Amino acid sequence: MLKNSDQAYGWLACAFHWVSAIVIIGLFILGLWMVDLTYYSDWYKTAPHIHRSIGLLLAVFIIARIIWRLMNSQPAPVSTHKAWEVKTGHIVHWVLYIGMFAMFISGYMISTAKGQPVDVFNWFSLPAVVTGESLGIKNMEDVAGEIHEILAYILIGFASLHALAALKHHFIDKDSTLLRMLGKNT
Amino acid sequence: MKKTFISAVAGIVALTGVSIASAADYVIDTKGSHAFVQFRVKHLGYSWLYGRFNNFSGSFSYDENDAAASKVSVEIDTTSLDSNHAERDKHLRSSDFLDTDQFPTATFESTSYTATGDNTADLTGNLTLHGVTKEVTISVEHIGGGDDPWGGYRQGFEGRTTIQPGDFGIDMVGQLGPAAATVELMLTAEGVRQ
Repeated sequence: MLKNSDQAYGWLACAFHWVSAIVIIGLFILGLWMVDLTYYSDWYKTAPHIHRSIGLLLAVFIIARIIWRLMNSQPAPVSTHKAWEVKTGHIVHWVLYIGMFAMFISGYMISTAKGQPVDVFNWFSLPAVVTGESLGIKNMEDVAGEIHEILAYILIGFASLHALAALKHHFIDKDSTLLRMLGKNT
Repeated sequence: MKKTFISAVAGIVALTGVSIASAADYVIDTKGSHAFVQFRVKHLGYSWLYGRFNNFSGSFSYDENDAAASKVSVEIDTTSLDSNHAERDKHLRSSDFLDTDQFPTATFESTSYTATGDNTADLTGNLTLHGVTKEVTISVEHIGGGDDPWGGYRQGFEGRTTIQPGDFGIDMVGQLGPAAATVELMLTAEGVRQ
């Protein structure tokens, strides 16, 4: 089934979830690796190009994901979940959404800080909408870069918490939390 | 602060009519941007990459009749590096190169001025960059000087020197290749007499 029901996630919601998870982990690893590449590495130009392109495409993907989420009903929490677990889960979910957008924006602001556009593969380029000069932020590329790096660790930290919670539900509580996200109707 | 101090001293000197040595003090016209601190370095050995430092301040004293007594002092805000490319500027300011978080200023203090021709001279002094102080000699050309249209008096110079960033603990060769071993500095300064 495409759409969510009272008890289960539809396949589209599951696909949105797992594709974002894989892409975000990939971007994190690529980002960590590419900043230490030497100037003469074959990847010196291509790795950041791929990182920027995929990051911006992911932004569009996540916007679509949120629209889909808002258009759909959400399955009811698993009945055995305690109230604090439901609440913490919700908070972490929204931290992850906000964190993703903060990453898209801060990443985009590094590349466009001096008014240069960002290329999305060799497909199209996204112009700068604001610059360090227009915002009155001195060396905006440095500020945005620092924010982007710190947020990356925070986002991955929360994603790990989110994954550990899912594993705890699956292996310790033996409930259907993780299975539901895998599209199983339990 | 320095500027205010110099103008205050100049003001007192003018008011009291004290006559000092004929050497005049000039403040480099960074306000009107008639001064530039630029650099160029070879990219891969194939072309010249140009950049500049947007913020700096400085002053010099110059006496047409006794040029050897000339003195120059410049302070550069290294965080104002600008090569017209955000990602490159970020990289050049990082700890890989200038490490501007730790070394936000570079300074030059002259120690001697030796004429080499009618309008040219060798200006020797101490350059502090990346926390390392080295003696450098700048080839200076006196471009011109005289009254300006607004009641002031100006003198302008241009200097060029080549430095090896490796001497200052900046590993350009290891990171960018042998063509980046040397960096040319181009300094243009128009001073307004105080």
